[in-house]
Amino acid sequence: MMRRDTDIPETCDVAVVGGGTSGLALAAELKRLGIGSVVVLEREQDAGGIPRHCGHYPFGVREYGRLLKGPEYARRNVEAAVKAGVAIHTQTTVTALHPDGELSLSTPAGVCTLKARRVVLCTGVRESSRAQRFVGGERPQGVMSTGALQSLVYLGGMRPFRNPVILGSELVSFSAIATCTHLGIRPVAMIEEESRIVARPVFRPYLMMHQVRLFTGARKTRIIGRDRVEAVEFENASGALTHIETDGVIISGRFRPESALLRASHLELDRGSGGPAIDQFGQCSDPAYYSTGNLLRPAETSSWCWHEGVETARNIAEDLSGSAWTVRGSVSLTISDPAIRFVVPQRLTLTDRPGGMTQMQVGLSAPVQGRMSAKSGDREIWSARLHSRPVRRILFPLDPLRTASLEKTIELSVSRRG
Amino acid sequence: MAEPQTASRKFDVAIIGAGVVGCALARRLTLDGAQVVVLEKAPDVLDGASKGNSAILHTGFDAPPGSLEQACIARGYREYLDLSEELGLPILKTGALVLAWNDEQVAKLPSLMEKARKNGVEDVEELDRADILKREPHLSETVAGGFLVPGEYLIDPWTTAHAYLLQALENGAEVRRDAEVLSGNFDGAGWTLSTTAGPVEAGQVINSAGLYGDIVDQRLLGQSSFKVTPRKGQFVVFDKTAAALASAILLPVPTEKTKGIVVCRTIFGNLLVGPTAEDQESRTDASTDAEMLQGLRDRGIEMIPELEAQEVTTVYAGLRPATEYQDFQIQYREDQAYVTVGGIRSTGLSAALGIARHVSELMGAEARFSGPLEAPILPRVNALSNYHERDWERPDNGGIVCHCELVTRREIEAALDGPLPPATLAGLKRRTRVCMGRCQGFYCTGELAKITAGRFKTPIGDKK
Ligand SMILES: Cc1cc2nc3c(=O)[nH]c(=O)nc-3n(C[C@H](O)[C@H](O)[C@H](O)COP(=O)(O)OP(=O)(O)OC[C@H]3O[C@@H](n4cnc5c(N)ncnc54)[C@H](O)[C@@H]3O)c2cc1C
Ligand SMILES: Cc1cc2nc3c(=O)[nH]c(=O)nc-3n(C[C@H](O)[C@H](O)[C@H](O)COP(=O)(O)OP(=O)(O)OC[C@H]3O[C@@H](n4cnc5c(N)ncnc54)[C@H](O)[C@@H]3O)c2cc1C
Repeated sequence: MMRRDTDIPETCDVAVVGGGTSGLALAAELKRLGIGSVVVLEREQDAGGIPRHCGHYPFGVREYGRLLKGPEYARRNVEAAVKAGVAIHTQTTVTALHPDGELSLSTPAGVCTLKARRVVLCTGVRESSRAQRFVGGERPQGVMSTGALQSLVYLGGMRPFRNPVILGSELVSFSAIATCTHLGIRPVAMIEEESRIVARPVFRPYLMMHQVRLFTGARKTRIIGRDRVEAVEFENASGALTHIETDGVIISGRFRPESALLRASHLELDRGSGGPAIDQFGQCSDPAYYSTGNLLRPAETSSWCWHEGVETARNIAEDLSGSAWTVRGSVSLTISDPAIRFVVPQRLTLTDRPGGMTQMQVGLSAPVQGRMSAKSGDREIWSARLHSRPVRRILFPLDPLRTASLEKTIELSVSRRG
Repeated sequence: MAEPQTASRKFDVAIIGAGVVGCALARRLTLDGAQVVVLEKAPDVLDGASKGNSAILHTGFDAPPGSLEQACIARGYREYLDLSEELGLPILKTGALVLAWNDEQVAKLPSLMEKARKNGVEDVEELDRADILKREPHLSETVAGGFLVPGEYLIDPWTTAHAYLLQALENGAEVRRDAEVLSGNFDGAGWTLSTTAGPVEAGQVINSAGLYGDIVDQRLLGQSSFKVTPRKGQFVVFDKTAAALASAILLPVPTEKTKGIVVCRTIFGNLLVGPTAEDQESRTDASTDAEMLQGLRDRGIEMIPELEAQEVTTVYAGLRPATEYQDFQIQYREDQAYVTVGGIRSTGLSAALGIARHVSELMGAEARFSGPLEAPILPRVNALSNYHERDWERPDNGGIVCHCELVTRREIEAALDGPLPPATLAGLKRRTRVCMGRCQGFYCTGELAKITAGRFKTPIGDKK
């Protein structure tokens, strides 16, 4: 894959921060749309993002019409971008975002700056750490996220443990099992705080297949072992102390946007999503900045992020085209129920500018059975049935909200059935 | 500088324990002209009490006046300021605010300031609510009063101790790791220690075994004049963006037992809240628990409401080598050529250089050994401060490996190939800060496993 070249320009049309799925798809599309200089800044030695270490299917069906494993998919995304004329600079870390599209960079050769007409933040998501979940106990070696495990197993061919337990039961927790079995690691248990597995129930038989015991409703999980993991203890659903001997712990899921740059910057952050506050074009509070991919919210599939990148590229090309459109104002989408964790976009720009998202994406923090509605002032302008849970894709059309052009805010709430 | 596993050499002094105190002792006595060996039972140095603390360089303003602790802190503090320049150890000169949150605490402030002055910390300055909130605009308005201690600073607890030991090593000392002292024999002229890494002969023995101070005394002297009851302190560390929320070190009004819950930055650019004070029997169990951590987070938010929106980066716990006595337990038994340096409870990082001076004087080290070194070698120290220039800002650094803490390949390789190479991943973390940031190894574990292959006792991963 790409090696770093030292010739980072001083200026460019579009600088893409993060060469993962969305950043590469966006950059390639921008070139196809005729944008002059498009630069991808990627801090790892190789571009490609998370799929580089997802050594399993299914990737690429919609994008390339073929069933691919993650690394092959990442390679194709890099190739397509290079072929389209994108300059990819690897081992190049963006260390700070400044107003009007100026970036501070660190490369192996030292530090420099880059000024772009538009910057796109595509830094993706990571999993929450053990510390962020307050998983107590000692701090031995052998406790790691699925992402770290994948990079060890698929990129390094290395095994950190033999019989780990998995904390969490999201989709990625099941990919942790797949990652383990790739090198003959045998997970012994999956431990979930919720009363049922978070991933869709169809994945449950997978546990039986791999002889992984499932514990739901677990409380007060602790890790035991001074130098190496020796055991995990927790209170099971009936309050009894359960002790499982193990030599490793995989801390999986609870995705959170990789928002370090954003948090330290002048850009507005949305606490609910953990990503930047954007409008339907993906534009941040500083109009020189856009964002796309999983930085926008935790977390979507690669395929989703790829297409989101392409859509955002179109919005940026339109923005740079110099065509004139009018902006009548903007409406912010606010949340009035704690069960709604986030809504993306957070803001609607009222304009005749073409393009932009047609749907809003909603994330829940608790299961909801009822309706979701939008109020503008005292008036309900839209409502729809909502019957879903956290960590599920929930989409609603944005169009009905555009009618509320007179108010500055639209309030989203839920009403529960029964 | 090597770590030979045989006892071919007779040393002037054997120091038991490579915590910050043992490291400072090794430096001092080496500079005094002694042939020193440091014996550490763990695979790496700084694996005991010195592993996790608040990293405050204390002035000693609240230490008991007239105590040995106060004297050692005051001396250690002064020497640290000089040495930090010489060795390039970074200091974050924040000052501290002692804050009162109710009338009862306000009433204690004058006597605390009086105590500070008695301890030679003359520049304390009373502040009213308005002054405090002006200095610390993110602080909760419920603060009632306080005073400023300008000389309380933040330092790097690990680089500091490593630098002491490195200076000893570069000037002729030896360190043996995986070398637990099991027993010893004193024949009137010197000691023969039996360790898990073979016998060691030395003229004098210093017990600076921290949490095991009483046990080592029992093993070598058959008795101990104190008992260690570890006192655990848990911490919550917030993300670097939280560091903007506090400028000074925010100290509560202390109680008899503890300095209380502190909120302060770290020199690495984070914000920490802690420690708790929990007495326990175990000398190894530095575990955290969710309820205590939640309590610390809540206390932090009470003091600084905006902390609510900040992400947690890490949590950890440290064990203080507390004894039934409040003061340090330092005793020289000349007839047995033996020094106990015990009970260095909660100020050992600040006091270490002062303790080392004190012990050197007790032993009459300058006269006893071959005399002070004339031009001691200065070790190369890699300053890891977030507030000073770092390697990622310099050319030819090999690229960033740990993205959260911006640790370069060159820094990692220098630590692995240096005179005091880490034997464990935890040791590499303390030397470079890899994996210590917000992602806790999500991004760099794979790459680190490759770079460190063959280097650690327990590798990050092994090839199938
Ligand atoms: C552990 C894990 C497993 C997953 N497994 C799957 C799966 O099996 N299938 C699936 O469809 N999705 C999976 N996902 C979701 C994944 O997020 C998406 O597949 C996709 O990678 C998102 O693309 P992205 O462009 O938003 O982010 P990423 O692909 O994560 O790319 C972000 C890029 O930004 C770079 N970067 C970050 N900060 C900086 C900076 N400051 N300077 C320069 N570069 C920077 C990163 O190095 C990275 O290359 C997984 C996610 C995780 C965390
Ligand atoms: C929560 C907390 C907060 C603190 N905050 C601060 C602060 O802000 N400022 C400050 O100045 N101080 C602070 N301290 C205090 C400071 O950390 C301690 O005083 C100091 O680390 C004690 O160091 P030590 O060398 O005496 O002990 P240790 O670090 O415990 O070193 C003793 C060493 O001896 C080894 N050992 C034990 N037995 C044997 C044997 N038989 N053979 C060989 N080796 C052996 C151990 O493995 C260990 O490495 C804090 C402490 C804690 C716990």
